[in-house]
Amino acid sequence: MGFQQETNILTKEEIARAITRISHEILECNKDSKDFAVIGIRTRGYILAERMAEAIGKIDAMDVPVGALDITLYRDDLSDVGDQPVVHKTEIDFDIEGKTIILVDDVLYTGRTIRCALDALIDFGRPKSIQLAILIDRGHRELPIRADYVGKNLPTSQKESVQVKLKEIDGEDRVFIERHENDQNGK
Amino acid sequence: MKILIKNGIVIDPANKINSAMDILIDQGKISGVEKIINIDVDTVIDAKDKIVMPGIVDMHVHLREPGREDKETIASGTKAAAKGGVTTILAMPNTLPAIDGAEMVDELKNIIGKTANVNVLIAGAITMGRLGSELCDIAALKNHGAIALTDDGSSVDDADIMLKALARAKKDKLVLICHCEDKSLSEKGVVNLGVISTRLGLRGISNESEYKRVERDIGLAEKAGASIHIAHVSCKESVEIIANAKKKGIKVTAETAPHYFSLSEEGLLDYNTNMKINPPLRSKEDVAAIKQALRQGIIDIIASDHAPHTENEKDIEFDYAEYGTIGLETELAVSVTELIHTGLLTWESLVEKMCYGPAKVLGIDKGTLGIGRDADIAIVAPEKEWEVTKECFVSRSNNSAFLGKKLKGAVEHTIYKGNIIYSMKP
Amino acid sequence: MTRTVNKKSQWTHKDLLGLEYLSKEDIELILDTADSFREILDRPIKKVPALRGKTVVNLFYEPSTRTRVSFEIAAKRLSADVINIATETSSVKKGETLNDTGKNIEALKADIIVVRHNCSGAAAMLARHVNISVVNAGDGWHEHPTQGLLDIFTLRKKTGNIKGLNVSIVGDIAHSRVARSNIWGLTKLGANVTVCAPGMLIPPGIENMGIRATEDIGEALSNADAINVLRMQFERDEKGAFPKQMEYFKKFGITDERLEKAKKDIIVMHPGPINRGIEISSKVADGANSVILEQVTNGIAVRMAVLFWLSQAKKGLSK
Repeated sequence: MGFQQETNILTKEEIARAITRISHEILECNKDSKDFAVIGIRTRGYILAERMAEAIGKIDAMDVPVGALDITLYRDDLSDVGDQPVVHKTEIDFDIEGKTIILVDDVLYTGRTIRCALDALIDFGRPKSIQLAILIDRGHRELPIRADYVGKNLPTSQKESVQVKLKEIDGEDRVFIERHENDQNGK
Repeated sequence: MKILIKNGIVIDPANKINSAMDILIDQGKISGVEKIINIDVDTVIDAKDKIVMPGIVDMHVHLREPGREDKETIASGTKAAAKGGVTTILAMPNTLPAIDGAEMVDELKNIIGKTANVNVLIAGAITMGRLGSELCDIAALKNHGAIALTDDGSSVDDADIMLKALARAKKDKLVLICHCEDKSLSEKGVVNLGVISTRLGLRGISNESEYKRVERDIGLAEKAGASIHIAHVSCKESVEIIANAKKKGIKVTAETAPHYFSLSEEGLLDYNTNMKINPPLRSKEDVAAIKQALRQGIIDIIASDHAPHTENEKDIEFDYAEYGTIGLETELAVSVTELIHTGLLTWESLVEKMCYGPAKVLGIDKGTLGIGRDADIAIVAPEKEWEVTKECFVSRSNNSAFLGKKLKGAVEHTIYKGNIIYSMKP
Repeated sequence: MTRTVNKKSQWTHKDLLGLEYLSKEDIELILDTADSFREILDRPIKKVPALRGKTVVNLFYEPSTRTRVSFEIAAKRLSADVINIATETSSVKKGETLNDTGKNIEALKADIIVVRHNCSGAAAMLARHVNISVVNAGDGWHEHPTQGLLDIFTLRKKTGNIKGLNVSIVGDIAHSRVARSNIWGLTKLGANVTVCAPGMLIPPGIENMGIRATEDIGEALSNADAINVLRMQFERDEKGAFPKQMEYFKKFGITDERLEKAKKDIIVMHPGPINRGIEISSKVADGANSVILEQVTNGIAVRMAVLFWLSQAKKGLSK
């Protein structure tokens, strides 16, 4: 086995600033219509969505509906050999029909999670449009998907894994890279 | 052809022998039983640390021929017997057609003469077609060679017919064997009635359906002044009734099968159809009662109730599966494991119950190692452990309730009329 | 909004044959998952792709509409393909054996067999003979695990917790697979179970399953938080063991008058189909305490959860 090495990327304050900035951008881009909602992908995307909705509410004194989307049942690797999935609840207690939906996740990587989330979202109705907000975009896309709002673009190698920690779940706010070194060939 | 069995522990309760002895066999008979025999022979069997006992007399065996040769034949069944140390069999008459007339006895005798590997005795049916309504010509059955009567698999429901049968059996000196089951009480039942049938959601067979009939049949035997043999006793109430009858001096003998003192209804929790047997495997309490009855001599005899069935008849829905387990090849090992190694019975009393006792009930000159008797002998390795697997059976069927069980005690050689008919592969 | 946090889930069973064979954790995993799935049924598009490309075969040897339809809907909500095979009561005498039918279905590359059979133990036997998953949709008098699970799911949704609940099951206990599955499941989750029936319909030794039995309906109702009223199947009566229908209703029927003496918020369940005026009065069946139709809806979510976990089973099976 190799060893692990951590490199800090974002601090608590930097995460907060990124969320505030994205919230301003969302308002700016959607200034013609305030009929939008924020839906986060479970589990950390949902927490970021909650924070964004709160930030938007503070900036513009409006009440933004927040939803949680569980994409387990839409995963295209569900039947592959691997760990058993954990099924969470999807909770979207408003009508998405005709709304602009801001889809939120923590890390954008291959794009497969977002593909699942788009499928799942559309099963709830026909939104006016869907925009994507991401805290970290680490590249290596396998599908034609891009984010509309990005907290930080982070070039990575595929040996690395990007860890987003949020205090609601992990007890702290922090983003770092974990590097798994393989003594031999690092394949 | 002379065979000498050296250094074995000879168990022969009929002659009160239980010690290290050599046995000489000459021309199919036992010609010497002494501390040390030194003589030139054709074959010497070293039986050091082995039990040397009379061949088993199994008075409850279904050989299925004629009619269901796909389950067993006289040839295959007697080969299985040889492997189990059994040298005399009483073949049950529930063949297709049933052994209910002189012609059927003759036909069976003919097959036995041609194909049997051990001594096969014939039981005739009590009633025509075993239907319980019309008595067979019992004198004719006797004259053609039947030595016992039974409708095994069914009980004779009509008390009047049963009473007549008892009287005839007494007159013709035939052993009357009763399968005791009141079908109006056990109807459609497939397992013992109780906690397990409740859990499994299966129809139960009550103890009552057995012991009520034991009670009736013993009462009829008393009335007829006849002797009676109760087959496959499975429950504690039957034991009690038989004990009381014996105390009263009624001429009753009783038999149980190895599965009734070694397995309980709890083995059925995974719907194992090989444990679907009639009478059913009972509660632990009943199993304990059967063991005590063996120890106290209330139950005189152990017989296998060897009941072969094809996989098509067993590996199906529990309700549809046939009743019964094979037993010829495991009866001795199960008895040694459950009765000898637990200290419940001595070797003498086990030989009494499996050899000499049934020979006495059947009135045949078997089950002992006396000088001049047929050299029917089983040589047993009492400590040898083995696991029961489907592959180990020579019977045509492998529906054993003991599959997967580890047993202690194995037959090494079986000698029938002076010929070694089975030897364990080294 | 609530945040459901499941423990690290682990499903290790190839088949669902009965609640007897599940642990408390297994049962809770299914109930928690069903909770997540329940919401899908209220979406405009009631379908998720979790079992896309999988085939579920409903193999029914007994007439049943509601259980089969419920399984069919559950499978379809998960995007599985569903094939229904309805056969006359199977017989050893005629036609293909259950095992052969099962092996054929396996050879047709189906993934899950849902089997209903008139013989107790039939599902277990089938499961031994095929490598694909088997769901017992009712075997003889033995078990009907998904009915047990949906009853428990409904109770849990209403009360929050099964532990400590007093649940009475009323009706033909002896011949009821629903009763057995409820008893296993409820006792594993810590409920106090009482069964109530005329003496002939209480099977021997039932108390050994960790429950109480009574012939007194008043006693069964007096302290109950919930009652599960079983369908009386008079057609099963073989030896006149059953009381007559009207007599049964008089002595054991669940009526307003009887409920007045019970807890005010007692939950009334019934696995359906209901016999109005025989085991339950119309007023109670349609009344405020009844959750009978909720059970039907919940049944879909529970069966979705079962199908989902069985489709994941291979990952959890230890080698």
